[in-house]
Amino acid sequence: MNLSYLLDPAHWDLADGSIPRLILSHLWYVLLALLIGTAIALPVGLWIGHTGRGSFLAINAGNAGRSLPTLGLLMLMVTLLGLGLAPVLIALTVLVIPPVLTSAYAGIRTLDHRVVDAAKGVGMRPWQVLTKVELPMALPVLMSGFRSATLQVVATATVAAAVGLNGLGRLLIDGLAVNDYSRVLAGAIVVAVLAVVLDLVFALAQRWVVSPGLTERSSK
Amino acid sequence: MITFDDVVKVYPGGGTAVDHLSLELPTGRTTVLVGPSGCGKTTSLRMINRMISPTSGRVLIDGQDVAGEDEALLRRRIGYVIQHAGLFPHRTVLDNVATVPMLLGRTRRQARTDALGLLERVGLSADFAKRYPAQLSGGQQQRVGVARALAADPPIMVMDEPFSAVDPIVREGLHREFLRLQQDLGKTIAMVTHDIDEAIKLGDVVAIFRQGGVLAQVGTPRELLEQPADEFVAEFVGRDRGLRSLSFDTAAGLPVRPVSEAPDLLLDDAGRPAGWRTGGGAAGTFTSADSLRLVTDLTITSPAGMAVRVGPDGKAEGVVSHHDIADHLVRRRETK
Amino acid sequence: MITYLSNNGDAVLAALRQHIALALIPVLIGFVLALPIGYLGVRFPWLYHPLVNTCGMLYSIPSLALFVFLPVLLGTKILSPLNIVVALTIYTVALLARTVADGLKSVDPLVVQSATAMGYRRLRRLTDVELPVALPVILAGLRVATVANISLVSVGALIGVGGLGQLFTRGFQLFYVEPILVGIILSVLLAAAADLVIVLLGRLVTPWTRFQGAAS
Repeated sequence: MNLSYLLDPAHWDLADGSIPRLILSHLWYVLLALLIGTAIALPVGLWIGHTGRGSFLAINAGNAGRSLPTLGLLMLMVTLLGLGLAPVLIALTVLVIPPVLTSAYAGIRTLDHRVVDAAKGVGMRPWQVLTKVELPMALPVLMSGFRSATLQVVATATVAAAVGLNGLGRLLIDGLAVNDYSRVLAGAIVVAVLAVVLDLVFALAQRWVVSPGLTERSSK
Repeated sequence: MITFDDVVKVYPGGGTAVDHLSLELPTGRTTVLVGPSGCGKTTSLRMINRMISPTSGRVLIDGQDVAGEDEALLRRRIGYVIQHAGLFPHRTVLDNVATVPMLLGRTRRQARTDALGLLERVGLSADFAKRYPAQLSGGQQQRVGVARALAADPPIMVMDEPFSAVDPIVREGLHREFLRLQQDLGKTIAMVTHDIDEAIKLGDVVAIFRQGGVLAQVGTPRELLEQPADEFVAEFVGRDRGLRSLSFDTAAGLPVRPVSEAPDLLLDDAGRPAGWRTGGGAAGTFTSADSLRLVTDLTITSPAGMAVRVGPDGKAEGVVSHHDIADHLVRRRETK
Repeated sequence: MITYLSNNGDAVLAALRQHIALALIPVLIGFVLALPIGYLGVRFPWLYHPLVNTCGMLYSIPSLALFVFLPVLLGTKILSPLNIVVALTIYTVALLARTVADGLKSVDPLVVQSATAMGYRRLRRLTDVELPVALPVILAGLRVATVANISLVSVGALIGVGGLGQLFTRGFQLFYVEPILVGIILSVLLAAAADLVIVLLGRLVTPWTRFQGAAS
């Protein structure tokens, strides 16, 4: 296993194309797509879950999203709209929407309806029921959807290098192009670590934002 | 006969569940283990089919230590019924009942034929055979559970709160059928319940446990009600144990007054009670075979304060008031 | 699109065939491997959390990274289809081992208890009672794994082996939308068809689920 590219300090400065810069650009794509996608999908999912209207859409969005080939979507957008950040971002955002939408819907739908009844019964207004009861209780499911969206986007952002963008995929694509396996290996390791760490961060965040009353921990 | 011989069960870090239990469960009889939660009754029960092993002491079936037997083979000859029945959701009612016979190597065909007969035995028609447990009510599931436990005709039945998951009316029906079945089959039954009324109703022998896995008293229901060994047992069998012990006496020895002493009683042409002049509805009637408890109850609910004894032909033979019952009980105590 | 298909029918068909093989062989292998692994996570409770965490970690590794990393690990050629098969098998196992464990854990303890009390030995109890009862949960996981695999195969086109993914790279290089659209549509249809097959098979082997939640 040739780790020379990964371990070479020259690749860890802040010059263009260095590993830290690629990590930053990778995270930038991921963050943008997550923000835009969540801003679209979360309200829609919550609304469908709260009102029950459009359930069919919400249930099937998750399945349909999973079956979309990410590479095809990416290349379609770029072929249609030209090179650049925007088409890639559209593709990534399209991947964020289904899991967030479905989990927001499912999080609210699978709530114990007696709790929601109780919330109405003590005199909460619909908005209060949503923000004070339904949303906090739906968080565990919602977060798991958000995490799977994150994984999907991190992986697809890697592929974005194939359509000319930066991000850690550069190391893989360029390395393959010039048969520099040390570089390919460096890219694979860094992006895998990034994905695992990111998932871990969100797992910890989930622990922090979800009420202990809703997790197994509280029963111990 | 099932014998507990100085059995102790200590859970690591969890204290003593069963404390030096010695108890005999007679063959062909129903023995009910009853007590508050945490009294070790279920733990004791589950040691019979080795779902739990004792820390020390022995559990014997007809003199054979169960610890020396193959677990699976032992369990196949002990019927097991639990709360909510524990039916296999992926199998039809018929195949649920056929489970143990199939494990014992009988052919599927034979096992299913036998199972059909058993369903009828527990009061379910053949229509139920092809259904899945999710399609049954709680009471029906419990019946299937009993049929499944009976399928291999085991000499011993172990029942863990078998009737506590169904509503009181359904439970009442299951109790009646249980007593009827047991009269036919004469199995050696060990049953656990937390309901003392159920224990008294179903048990030939009742063993009352107290917290910490100690056996407080064992005896027939009547013994427990009339001579509780201590405060705990007296409290557990209930404040109304005097009234309840009347269930064990029939009205055969209860003297009645002539019908003429009840001018308000209406009789039809054949001399059968038809009601009371003062209030609507049927007259409360009993026969000599009914319990004193029933008669007492009738005198309380009757608008005339009297119950009417009828003969086999349904004709009124005499009447009693609650004063008469009280006098009868006083006389009975004096002669004892 | 019709003209594209009629001119390139053979190539598209070959790509589709390769896509099916690359996606479904890992599902089969992964399913067979996940059963015992998932079972271990239930049989030995202390194994459950390490198992779930490892599965989660493996599943979070981006596919392209795994595709290019495996040749280093396995000594295979970078263009070998084996890399794709092994990578997707890893994903399938990561997803299904957890599902199998969760499915087995979801079996009502009373059902397991009554099976034990009726004289089932451990192995037969597993095959006759626990696995069948857990099957609906396991099949739901199998659907997810199958659909995910079908969409992931195309990423392999970046290293030269990717079934319908080759239509994407070809279209992209020529800046030509038709093959990309054909690839996406076929890939989605394939996923939907595979999903449907599993659902129908599932109904066939778990007839009792239709009644659950119906009666009390």
